[in-house]
Amino acid sequence: MQVFMFHLMPYAALDMEERDRHPSAWVTFPNSQFDPKVGHELYNRYLDELELAAELGFDGVAVNEHHQNAYGLMPSPVVMASSLARRTENTKLAILGNAFALREHPLTLAEEHAMIDCITGGRLITGFVRGIGAEFFSLAANPTVSHERHMEAHDLVVRAWTEEGPFAFEGKHYHFEYVNVWPRPYQQPHPPIWCPSLGSTETIEWAAHPDRKYVYAQNYSPFKNVCKFLDQYRDVAHSKYGYAASSDQIGWTAPVYVAESDEQAVAEATEHMEALFNKFLYLPFDMLFPPGYMSAQSYKRVAAHKKNITGGAQMERLIEDGVVIVGSPDTVRKQIVDCHEVLGFGTFVALAHFGTLPADLTEKSIRLFATEVMPTLQGLSDKEYRGFEPSAAAAE
Amino acid sequence: MADCTETKVDIRGCKVHLRRGGTGEPMLFLHGASGVAGWIPTFQALSDSYDLMVPDHPTYGRSDEPEWLDNMEDLAMFYLDFLDEMDLEGVHLVGNSLGGWLALEIAVRNSARIKSLTLVGAAGIRIKGKPIADIFMMDPEDLTREIFVDQSFADNILGMNLTEEQIDIQLKNRVSTARLGWQPRLFNPSLRKWLHRIKVPTHVIWGDTDKIIDPAYAEEFGKVIDGAKVTIIEKAGHLPHVEKAEPFVAAVNGFLAKAA
Repeated sequence: MQVFMFHLMPYAALDMEERDRHPSAWVTFPNSQFDPKVGHELYNRYLDELELAAELGFDGVAVNEHHQNAYGLMPSPVVMASSLARRTENTKLAILGNAFALREHPLTLAEEHAMIDCITGGRLITGFVRGIGAEFFSLAANPTVSHERHMEAHDLVVRAWTEEGPFAFEGKHYHFEYVNVWPRPYQQPHPPIWCPSLGSTETIEWAAHPDRKYVYAQNYSPFKNVCKFLDQYRDVAHSKYGYAASSDQIGWTAPVYVAESDEQAVAEATEHMEALFNKFLYLPFDMLFPPGYMSAQSYKRVAAHKKNITGGAQMERLIEDGVVIVGSPDTVRKQIVDCHEVLGFGTFVALAHFGTLPADLTEKSIRLFATEVMPTLQGLSDKEYRGFEPSAAAAE
Repeated sequence: MADCTETKVDIRGCKVHLRRGGTGEPMLFLHGASGVAGWIPTFQALSDSYDLMVPDHPTYGRSDEPEWLDNMEDLAMFYLDFLDEMDLEGVHLVGNSLGGWLALEIAVRNSARIKSLTLVGAAGIRIKGKPIADIFMMDPEDLTREIFVDQSFADNILGMNLTEEQIDIQLKNRVSTARLGWQPRLFNPSLRKWLHRIKVPTHVIWGDTDKIIDPAYAEEFGKVIDGAKVTIIEKAGHLPHVEKAEPFVAAVNGFLAKAA
């Protein structure tokens, strides 16, 4: 198993009283609340934390993209990956992901990713995401065409990386007379593509297609949903496309905190983990699901559960549902090993910082995880996986 | 007393749900973002004097969702086809909100079949520094309340038990409005350049307490459309034709009797 450390880079100095005077920490939360001096310290601290993970032997470090919010300060994950490119040596750099189709010119991102891939000698992983609902408010992108633009941007970027230029790209949303990207990516045919998702049948069917076989990574979900979607990937590959998906094609991302004992871990992490879910991540329904962002059927399904999306997450419940993994090294190791036995995912992505978690606790947890938990995980392979039975997944 | 017929008309392969009632000169009412609630008293009153047609726009209500419809320009061109295919002459074009924007896009392209233009709380242009309310970010219940001065209208709407079909239509209309008007928000930056092409008698009607599109826009349309008359309806919000049926119908009839 490959183990990655993921960072969201939140504005951890968030004034919670001010936060509570606004509907969320997104889109309209005033940027007067961002102190550039604090931002300077946080960015450098967070990059140090990712560099520490690289030194401690994580297979990769991961960054992502969000706009106009306190939840994640990386409107351009390319900037962060570039910064890490020359400060790491053998570690993969995963952009999980970039929202190519939020741009009028996705080709600029294709160029930038190719640059990072060349600089690092092929250590880049490219994540393709559509962007969550709030980004369509922040970047003035029309959500009703987001899916088709996302698909078209993907085709443009992959063709730009793989086809001999110059050629004309004649799409509905994008039209380029001369596609001829310099530099070409270091990895051939192109950097690995991952599809991080909160759970989407469309994304799974698209990622699992034999022409793509992209890595599907399930984010932030109760473990029963992780099971549902990761098994769905194997099932789609088997029943729809007629091949056995490799365990390398599926991954799981979860917040992780390790301390000396279970009690200590819970005591140290609770405030910061609850802040992640209730203060930073929480979004009003209409900001999270703008019109046309998803199919009418899916929209009606989530709208029916609207009252449950209240932001009242509690640590006890998050642990019980397996959304987060918190405890002593033994507990955390056993939980991930057990989950791997059930699902066989080839990648685990640990969100080792969350919410307001201070630097000393973050570093302590990263070190404990790297020394006490990670070596066992990195030794896991399909031998420890109970195996996939298509009929069982279909029955669920 | 819904004295209207409801039929589907086929315009070059796109089936449009059309409510129609009354006799007289033809009047085409173009609905706003939330679609057509039914044959409201205002429609009934207008049908005393006009052959009133109230279609669901393509992608709205019970009309088809043609794949070619990408933007407001497409919808305007569709309605030029509609006027041709229905062979309508001397049409009184009335548009509310998003439908007002649509009426303007139609009129600047070709007014040959249009006799007059009535804009009611119309979108379509932007006055710098005066954004319209963000109907996509607002909670739908708050939006319903903001639309009316008289909260009994909002209470009625919010208190309704919607059928599954009505819920589907609400959702369909909301997505359609976002498709046409998400970016830039419910206006066309080029439209203002061509408003001088509107030569038909134009009437701008606005609620004095419109919290969705500020009455400053009524004044602006009055200035930029040659010879336009502005009527402000008292104690009315964004849908004066719903909230203040009598003064609204009187204003429409009064203007058309004199001007057209």
